[in-house]
Order: sequence, then C-alpha cells, then structure tokens
Amino acid sequence: MTLSAPSAEQLAATETPFQQVWRTFRKDRLAMAGLYVLALLIVLALLGKLLTEWWVLLDPTIVRLPDKLRPPFSVPSPALLPAQVPPWGIYPFGTDELGRNVFARMLQGSFVSLSVGFVAVSISLSIGVTLGGLAGFYGQRKWGPFSIDALIMRFTDVVLCFPTFFLILTVVALLPPSIYNIMAVIGATSWMGTARFVRAEFLSLRERDFVTAAHALGLPEWRIIFRHMLPNALSPVLVSASIDVAYAILTESALSFLGFGVRPPFATWGNILADGRTFIFDAPWLFAIPGTAILVVVLAFNLVGEGLRDAMNPKLRKRAS
Amino acid sequence: MSGGLEVLLEVRDLRVEFQTDAGPVLAVRGVDLEVLAGETVALVGESGCGKSVTALSVMRLLTGRIAAGEIRFCGRDLATLPEVELRRIRGGQIGMIFQEPMTSLNPVFRVGQQIEEVLALHQNLKPAAARAQALELLQRVGIPSPATRIDQYPHELSGGMKQRVMIAIAIACRPKLLIADEPTTALDVTIQAQIMALLQSLQQELGMAVLLITHDLGVVAHAAQRVNVMYAGKIVEHGSVRDIFKRPAHPYTQALLGALPHPLAPARRLEAIPGRVPAASMLPAGCAFCARCRHAFAPCSTEQPPLLDVAPSHVAACWLHDKKRASSAG
Repeated sequence: MTLSAPSAEQLAATETPFQQVWRTFRKDRLAMAGLYVLALLIVLALLGKLLTEWWVLLDPTIVRLPDKLRPPFSVPSPALLPAQVPPWGIYPFGTDELGRNVFARMLQGSFVSLSVGFVAVSISLSIGVTLGGLAGFYGQRKWGPFSIDALIMRFTDVVLCFPTFFLILTVVALLPPSIYNIMAVIGATSWMGTARFVRAEFLSLRERDFVTAAHALGLPEWRIIFRHMLPNALSPVLVSASIDVAYAILTESALSFLGFGVRPPFATWGNILADGRTFIFDAPWLFAIPGTAILVVVLAFNLVGEGLRDAMNPKLRKRAS
Repeated sequence: MSGGLEVLLEVRDLRVEFQTDAGPVLAVRGVDLEVLAGETVALVGESGCGKSVTALSVMRLLTGRIAAGEIRFCGRDLATLPEVELRRIRGGQIGMIFQEPMTSLNPVFRVGQQIEEVLALHQNLKPAAARAQALELLQRVGIPSPATRIDQYPHELSGGMKQRVMIAIAIACRPKLLIADEPTTALDVTIQAQIMALLQSLQQELGMAVLLITHDLGVVAHAAQRVNVMYAGKIVEHGSVRDIFKRPAHPYTQALLGALPHPLAPARRLEAIPGRVPAASMLPAGCAFCARCRHAFAPCSTEQPPLLDVAPSHVAACWLHDKKRASSAG
C-alpha cells in the first residue's frame, strides 16, 4: 500500500540549494581561480586598510625625494631619514614621481576599489530589487491612468537612456569629492539591469502554483514577496551583481583617473594609474601595476559571475553531475 | 442528506468576470453551491467549465473579478471580507490542495519549513513545537521515514509524496473546509486511489467538509455525497451521488455518464458528446448545451432554463423537466 521506504543512505543525500550550487561551482576551474583571486584581494584590502591607516607600517604618504621613480624591487637610497625607509628595506612595486612607495599606495587603493565595488552594488541591488519587485508583483494595479508596472519600467528606460558615465561625471563634479558620493552615484546609476531581471522573475513567479498556494495559506503579502518569491528570483540577480561589482570598480578607476574620484593624496588604483600616465616610458610600472590589478580583479569578478550563472542553471547542473 | 446539519459554505449566484482584449467575459455565470459541515461535495465538469475558477473564488485567489454573488462561510461573506480577515480564514479555516503537487511547493525551502510556516502563522506555535507537529502531520499523511523527509527539498520527493505534503500543509490547522482542486489529476492511478483514501480518512478523523473539484467521475462516485455538475460556467444539475449516477436528469450529465466505460457491461463503443464547449465570450442566448443536446426543442435555444426540481433535492437546469413546456413541445 505505502511506498517502499528508500534506504537511509539514499535519503541522507539531502543538499541545500547552496550546497548544490557550490558542488557545481567547484568543478569550474576558471571560476574557482576567480574566487581565489577575490579571496586574496579581500585579504589584501583588509590588510591594506590595517597597515596604511590603523597600524601604520606602510605609509603611502611619505615623500622621499631622493628615491623618485625607483623600479620595482629596488633598495632605498642611503640618504633617507630612518623614518622614511620602507619596511623590509625594499620597494616591491617601486616608487612614483614623489618617491612614494607604490606597494603601500596599491594596498590603500585595493580597499577603496573593493569597498566602492561592494557598496555601490549593494545600493544598486536594493534599488533594483525593490523597483523590479514592485513592478513585477503589483504591476497590474493602476496609479492614475497608468499601471504601476508601466510607470516603473518606463522610468527605468528613461534612466537607461542617460549616458551613465557622463551623468556620473556631472554629478561628481557638482558634489564635494568623497568616496561615499562616488559609491552612491555609481549605485544610483547601475540598478536598471537588476530591476529588469527581478521584474521578469517576479512576473513569472507570481503565476506559479506555489505562490497561489502561499496566498491560499493566508500568508501576508510581504512574506510572500520576501520569503517565497525573492529567494526564487535570486540567482540571476547574484550573477549580475558579481559582474556589476567589476563594472563599479572600473567606473571608480575611470573617475579617479580623470581626477573626479577620490581626492589625492589618498591613493586609488585609478589615480595611481593617472599619475603614472606622465611617466609612461620612464616608469612603466606606474601604470602597469595598477592597470594589471584592475584587469585581474575585473576578470576575477566576471569569471565568478559566469561560474555562478552556470552553477545556478539547473539544466547545466544536471548535465555536469 | 441535509437534515439538521450546519451549512458551512454557501455560494449564492456567484459571477466571476475576466478582462480580455475582447472585453469582459463571464467565466462563472451565477453558481449556487452549498457545503454542509463534514460532508463531501463534488463539483464536476470538463476542462474550462469554470469549476477551478469557482474554487479559487471561494478563497478570492483569482486575478478575475467577482462581479456578483455571495460566498458565505460560517456566516461571513468572503466576497467582501477585508483582506486582513480573509488571510486568517485562508489556511486556518479553509485549506486548499492543488492540481499540480509538482509546482505547488516552494522549491527553495525544505518541506518541514513549509509546514511549520503555516503552524507558526495560524497557531502561533514556537519553532520546536511547530517542528514536532510537522513531523506528526507528515506521519499522519503516510510519508515513510518522516524524520528524514522533513528536512528534504520538494525536488527530492515523488509526485505522490508531494501531494501528501500539500495535504499535510492544508490540514495543519484543522480547517473546517478543505477545497481539493483536482487533487489526483497529476498523479498515477495507483497513487490517486491512495490519495483519495487518505483524504477520506482524514476527513472522518478531523470532521472537515471537502469541496472536491474534479473531472473524474470515478473519484466522485467513491468520495462524494452530493454532486454538482457544471457546464459552461453554470451548474446544470445537482443531486445526491446516487441520483446523479442512477437517474441523471440533465442531458449533459447523461452524456458524460454515457462516455464512461463500464467494467461489467460488454465492450461497446463509448459515446462521445458531439461538438465542443462554446467559448465563454460567445454563449448562446438559451441553454449553453443546446447545440450539442440530442433532446433540444423550441425554448432551448432562446431561453436559459432555471434549475428545475426533478425529485426532492435533485435539480437540473433543463427545459425537459418543465412539465408545461415539455408537454407543449410534445
């Protein structure tokens, strides 16, 4: 009469969706490489924050005029004061035109890049998920002669039509230069993709049986939206978020490069690159090091994003396992 | 049948309207329905006749609009009840199971969590108590090794087991009424019988009423006490299960039964009903079944028949049962 009970071993194979994604993700070598790079970067960024601001071992602001434009791995000149000598008696990444330690500046910049990336994307995610969710869930309701969906999505289209980078430039030029303004501006101009994804997901989820079932159980609407629909809409959002982080880091670098970003002497990868531009033949490491760093980080985020996309795609997952 | 029992659900003249590009269309055109406490009432009809729409409107789960009518449940009109109070009834006093167990559970949560959620919501149970009760419910609905199953995800369960979980969720708060919208349609025949047996035993144990929506007359004959036959958005015949199967009064019911194979009768060609269901947007002025009916006569194409008495507590919407007209037509 009843079904034959599967053995305990078969039943014990229960995996959370997260574990499933991780199992597939781990098989993707490129994505794992990206993940290692990101882990390393996070460690470096935290270390950089620690060593350049709190427990100043590597001071990125010390000017050493005798040691201008030293190449990587060179030793400091004996003319330096004891306080100016870099730790370990070496410039791992050389020095810039003021004799500042590029290694220390890169470390300081890594924290800026990473925090801009994550904070800007958090801002853009919260705007995008909220607007997309509203448009998808309450889309049919009317507000005046228009449906809420039409209003929100046409607004999204309007924002998409702005040439984003020039908008950011204008806003940043008008606002006092601060890293928080940059995070906010990048976040406020990059949520449109997320909003469209989330709306599309919500439109399809809203008609799914388990959402009707959740209504039939008397769950309040906010609970259905946040607990039942949002987790199901999350995978495309996560994928696009990881790629958006790369975009935000790139935008911040470009702004700093153009001199609209974080104000010097505070170092970011963008303004190290900008400083190096004038010495491109005399001191190629000044642009090569931050340039490579930006490239590697952006690449790493993109690889992780693609790996996530494959791992979260149930069709690909079945084929892989 | 209805002697002295409390009327749990009473639907009066329910009309449900959908907005289409061609203008509003009535999918349910004045349905009357009554469910007494503890009994099983079936609502049968072919696909698209409006039976699921009727069921969903009782819980107000529709995108369509309830254009008119009353849905009285325990003396309150669900059609006009504010959303907040309706939520307490949904899941608490009326449980519902759906046609597709495959998609009715949220794929990202463990089945236990989904049962516990209802218990926490309607009965304010603490997590530990809710889990204990969820385990008990899984056991009650006949899920093998419930202690393991409770922590599994819906994709790890078979269709029959998922439907059992859906039933566990629906009965978690001991509802007075269970709406079962084609609970066995998506399942294998063997599992269907198990699920129906489970529903019946739960019904006796909990004393709840069941509104069974189905197109499977076999299921109806086994499970229901009273039957409503629905055609093109209207109830065309209503009676006890014995009346409907032994003495069907409406030509549509007769045709439906004629289309069933009989296990004892010699093999014969099954009768099909000629023609097709008219689209809800272009119904004839008279009886909607008129064009397919072999008994159709003069008034059928011009006037809609009301529900006419055939026998005590057996009514059919057919002019054949109007003594005056039927005799005048000869």
